[in-house]
Amino acid sequence: MRIVKLKQKNLNPFLEVISENTELWAPVRKYTDRHVFAQVEDVSQIDVDYTRTILPPRKIFLPPSFNMFTATEKEYKENFSHATKKILFGIHPCDIHGLLIMDQFFNYVFEDPYYTQARNNTLLLGHSCWPDEHCFCKSTRTHIIEEGYDLFFHRLSEDYLVWIGSSKGDDLIRLMPDCFEEKLSDEDIQFYIRLREQRNEAFQTEVNFTAMPDLMELKYNHPLWEKIGTACLACGSCTNVCPTCNCYNVMDHPQLKERGSLIHRDWDTCTLQSYSEVAGGENFREKRSDRLKLWYTHKIQAYISKYGKPGCVGCGRCIATCPVDINVKTVSQALDGKDVDAFWNRLNKGEIK
Amino acid sequence: MNQENQCPPQTNPFKPEPARIVRTYYLTEDVKFFQVRIADMEKALSFRYKPGQFAMISVLGAGEAPFSISSTPSRPGLLEFCIRKAGVVTDALFRLKENHLIGIRGPYGNGFPIQNMKNHNVLIIMGGIGAAPLRSVLLNCLDNRDQFQKVTLLHGAKRPAEMIFRDEFFDIKDREDLECHLSVDQDDTGEWSENIGVVTTLFPKMEKIDPQQTYALVCGPPVMYKFVLQELLKLKIPRDQILMTLERRMKCGVGKCGHCAIDYIYTCLDGPVFTYWDVLHMRELI
Ligand SMILES: Cc1cc2nc3c(=O)[nH]c(=O)nc-3n(C[C@H](O)[C@H](O)[C@H](O)COP(=O)(O)OP(=O)(O)OC[C@H]3O[C@@H](n4cnc5c(N)ncnc54)[C@H](O)[C@@H]3O)c2cc1C
Ligand code: SF4
Ligand code: SF4
Ligand code: FES
Repeated sequence: MRIVKLKQKNLNPFLEVISENTELWAPVRKYTDRHVFAQVEDVSQIDVDYTRTILPPRKIFLPPSFNMFTATEKEYKENFSHATKKILFGIHPCDIHGLLIMDQFFNYVFEDPYYTQARNNTLLLGHSCWPDEHCFCKSTRTHIIEEGYDLFFHRLSEDYLVWIGSSKGDDLIRLMPDCFEEKLSDEDIQFYIRLREQRNEAFQTEVNFTAMPDLMELKYNHPLWEKIGTACLACGSCTNVCPTCNCYNVMDHPQLKERGSLIHRDWDTCTLQSYSEVAGGENFREKRSDRLKLWYTHKIQAYISKYGKPGCVGCGRCIATCPVDINVKTVSQALDGKDVDAFWNRLNKGEIK
Repeated sequence: MNQENQCPPQTNPFKPEPARIVRTYYLTEDVKFFQVRIADMEKALSFRYKPGQFAMISVLGAGEAPFSISSTPSRPGLLEFCIRKAGVVTDALFRLKENHLIGIRGPYGNGFPIQNMKNHNVLIIMGGIGAAPLRSVLLNCLDNRDQFQKVTLLHGAKRPAEMIFRDEFFDIKDREDLECHLSVDQDDTGEWSENIGVVTTLFPKMEKIDPQQTYALVCGPPVMYKFVLQELLKLKIPRDQILMTLERRMKCGVGKCGHCAIDYIYTCLDGPVFTYWDVLHMRELI
């Protein structure tokens, strides 16, 4: 691994140069205090002082709705127009971990070319971050990242320490070799180490998943599920914001003029009633509690047994998003036997009418 | 736009292959038989599958749905399906005539463990649309008859007109190397020559078999499972030698869309064939 140094003031000029022929995607501010990943035309739009974006970066690789095929009776013509060459700048460690989990999932048994093409065409330029009250990536050990990026920018006071993670990342550096210093001073290194320690101590939320596979099994019929089931609005926000949710639906949209169809692939949500319905209207998960169980089985039990780690990277999005406080933190604490302070719990106790 | 981005991948598991409907006719009032050939000859001949696997069939303008392959891999080239009218996609399929093009991709799923079943007795119990996957096993066993011990078929329908593959099974029922019992719940024709009664009334008529040496394959409507399973357990067939298929909503067939999940399991990859032992340990089953 090679680490070089970049003056903070040189970041924007560097991003301009490397994105000359490539789409640049980065965090930008939206609605005063929120952030989203968006394609930027002008590097001054970029705002690296963000904690989490509304939607996770997977929206860049598999957009919420895109066309898979333009079909006629004779041929289903593939469409990969979403998989353009991109540079994604400003992604945090937890979200890179989220993509590494998606990489495993979308290559399991069958390769999903819609995902992998977009992924192969995108360079990841990570950026360091600071936890807020909802972040718990230290508990899931996804607060640091050792692989999966092309470049990673650690912000110090006036400089960036830049980790070069791939030969493609190295090629980018070579586009502006004069901006990067090979030699790091002892102060830089000490500063970085201190910052790292301070960041480790800044986490306010801890979630322990170690016992979850067992607890999910032991408490499968626990009244807790009915409680969260009654409170859930089936709005689907939790699945849309989670960086490791993969479910989708496919729809055939007939195009009357061309005598063909557009085959669209749209994000889907397991918390919706129609999710498991089969022909004839039979539904294996009629109740909200059953559908939430599926979500939690998936995140904190199935992934652990299949890939050795949970399908949660501690980004805190579900905590910040669910209107009734159903999230990995409150659910795993409740599974652990704690009386959690959450809207759904107060609702069930009759404290909210 | 950059040319490079537009080059399609080597293989796209979601891409339907155009296939032509060679023959289609009604098996019962709401079930139709479809014989299909993949338009590209080489692809048609290299389409390898196992009994119990399924394919995704798409109809332009209507959508895509999973269907069990009803033909046997021992007769390559043509694929057969037996499809019940149930909604958008199947309605559109029913309107298509011979020579029409549909899309097909697959095969998917685990299929029946034919290798393990070799040198064992094979007891096939079907009802309703459950005939679709089990016909594939039956024909495969008959085409490779020396690889299996005793082959038995129990098939039940409500009325004679509702018996799927009735003519075909009448043609083979007197074969020496097959024990075949057909039954209807009620005979409204007055011409039914076989058993009358629910499918479980066929069990006492069966010749005795060594349960340890037997694989039992069950496919049918939910009510059938309950009673048939009791009979199979009475016969002392081991629970991991009782095989059944599960139906779930499926939008991809290749483990990506998430719809077919049961607990840990993706029905499209790990199923649709499960042993009774597997099924007993699924928490989400109703
Ligand atoms: C492994 C397996 C094997 C099966 N084998 C057989 C078999 O051999 N024979 C048989 O008869 N049945 C079989 N089935 C059941 C069969 O898949 C259903 O009957 C079929 O899905 C019904 O589809 P439908 O569109 O007619 O019904 P609907 O209830 O209308 O729709 C069912 C599905 O089609 C989707 N859909 C609706 N409109 C669109 C659209 N415009 N674009 C895309 N999708 C759309 C729906 O979202 C839904 O998922 C099997 C099922 C499974 C899981
Ligand atoms: S758990 Fe919360 S975010 Fe998810 S569907 Fe229910 S109410 Fe919406
Ligand atoms: S479960 Fe919640 S905290 Fe974990 S990765 Fe998904 S959105 Fe983030
Ligand atoms: S059908 Fe899509 S995951 Fe199984």
